[in-house]
Amino acid sequence: MTLRSHADDAVALPPRARARAASRLRVSRRTVVLVLYILFLLLPIYWMVNMSLKTNVEILSGLTLFPRDPTLQNYITIFTDPSWYSGYINSIKYVVLNTVISLTVALPAAYAFSRYRFLGDKHMFFWLLTNKMAPPAVFLLPFFQLYSTFGLFDTPLAVALAHCLFNVPLAVWILEGFMSGVPREIDETAYMDGYSFPRFFATIFVPLIRAGIGVTAFFCFMFSWVELLLARTLTAVEAKPIAATMTRTVSAAGMDWGLLAAAGVLTIIPGALVIWFVRNYIAKGFALGRV
Amino acid sequence: MDKPWNNRAWFLVIPVFVLVAFSAIIPLMTVVNYSVQDIFGPGQAFWVGTEWFEKVLHDERLHDALVRQILFSLAVLAIEIPLGILVALSMPADKGWRTSLVLVLLALPLLIPWNVVGTIWQIFGRADIGLGGAAIRALGIDYNYTGNPRDAWLTVLVMDVWHWTSLVALLCYAGLRAIPPAYYQAAKIDGASRWAVFRHIELPKMRGVLIIAVLLRFMDSFMIYTEPFVLTGGGPGNATTFLSQYLTRMAVGQFDLGVAAAFSLIYFLIVLLFSYVFYTFITTVGTGDRS
Repeated sequence: MTLRSHADDAVALPPRARARAASRLRVSRRTVVLVLYILFLLLPIYWMVNMSLKTNVEILSGLTLFPRDPTLQNYITIFTDPSWYSGYINSIKYVVLNTVISLTVALPAAYAFSRYRFLGDKHMFFWLLTNKMAPPAVFLLPFFQLYSTFGLFDTPLAVALAHCLFNVPLAVWILEGFMSGVPREIDETAYMDGYSFPRFFATIFVPLIRAGIGVTAFFCFMFSWVELLLARTLTAVEAKPIAATMTRTVSAAGMDWGLLAAAGVLTIIPGALVIWFVRNYIAKGFALGRV
Repeated sequence: MDKPWNNRAWFLVIPVFVLVAFSAIIPLMTVVNYSVQDIFGPGQAFWVGTEWFEKVLHDERLHDALVRQILFSLAVLAIEIPLGILVALSMPADKGWRTSLVLVLLALPLLIPWNVVGTIWQIFGRADIGLGGAAIRALGIDYNYTGNPRDAWLTVLVMDVWHWTSLVALLCYAGLRAIPPAYYQAAKIDGASRWAVFRHIELPKMRGVLIIAVLLRFMDSFMIYTEPFVLTGGGPGNATTFLSQYLTRMAVGQFDLGVAAAFSLIYFLIVLLFSYVFYTFITTVGTGDRS
């Protein structure tokens, strides 16, 4: 290939040097696009944070870019009023429950899909996918009746099981992507060394894909955390999630904007805290392990 | 990739099968049951055949919701895909802290609970207390998303762009990183223009992730419920009532179970069709058959 030597040059150049070598105009235009887009992303979030630190009097008296008189009163209200903070506890309960269930059942299944061919494997995989793509609204009514029949209505377990509908397929897909990256020779060597399947899986394979498990757990957590429709329908009082608490307050309590904003800020924090750890896998997770 | 054939792998898949069957097949059968019967109470069901389906297919308001839904999904794709590509092309290429920071900032909207996304824009868009609404008012445009159907529709659209463009950008970014630097170097030697580099190198290499992005965005926007529910409640009038909203209103609000069930099945079949296209594509990519 005639391009070979040039290609090697390009590989040898560090990326920063290449960026510098690019025309100055283009670099600045790129930065402008990126900065504008990130501003567009952050402005609404900033506005909510800003509002959560204001009193309702200040919110309604006019626009101020900074809270003139910053107050934590809205946050204090949420942390001291059981009808508010129990919403967070309920949400965390079913989200954690769902993540544990999803990972437990998805791990062996993903292994099966990544390592073997078996009767109906492709159909099974497609069927799992259809559940990820099913509109939750379709399942609203039957879920309501099903869980009422089993006496699960208004428990965290009901929501956790309902969220399995889309989180289990998601977990299988992402894990399968990570597992396929592990060479099969490792399995074969372990079996030859006399490892039984459960022992091999628990002591060798799971540690090997712990990054994948972490990413999968993050995505299960996230998709269960952001869902409102099923969580709201399957609970009434005892297991009411924070999302439902927020919608109720919007319509009934005469628009307590500061409190609403504070509740919103608190729901963003869990995701914002852990996102740093999965930043390099975000695209892979959203593309169901296919990137 | 010739995986060994082993039907015992089914044992590993059984937990997933049982769990998803419990949360998918039983509810789906309930829907089928409702869609062909008129049910007054336990033991009081009458076979009505295709009556509900005919009713759904002739429902004017449902047609309106479907048209709105399709328009919305197309608008979402038309804006988010090009914007996502543009943002991905503008992102820094090195592996430093700036790239990490950009990745985390971009992913932030994806991790916010969907009802809070609605809340953020509810606050941001209000002309009296919101920065965005006030800014548009200051430009001399009579903007009011709670009263004006056009403004409401546009606000929902902008909200969706804000919420999901990052997903397209992250996927495209992952696709772009997979291009060997040698390609760019070769293009530079050939004196290729920026457009030619994009058209003949970057776009073909992003084909896989772009199709995933298009299908994910199409399906998710086709199922949108929570964000407009919080922001506009489907109004003013029916301006932002999309399919899921209409379905939920029918099933939970008016308790038209038969019609809602028939509607659910048709809705589900539409999504299933797209899932099939998606699956066919994704398995082709998965086996490394990229052209």
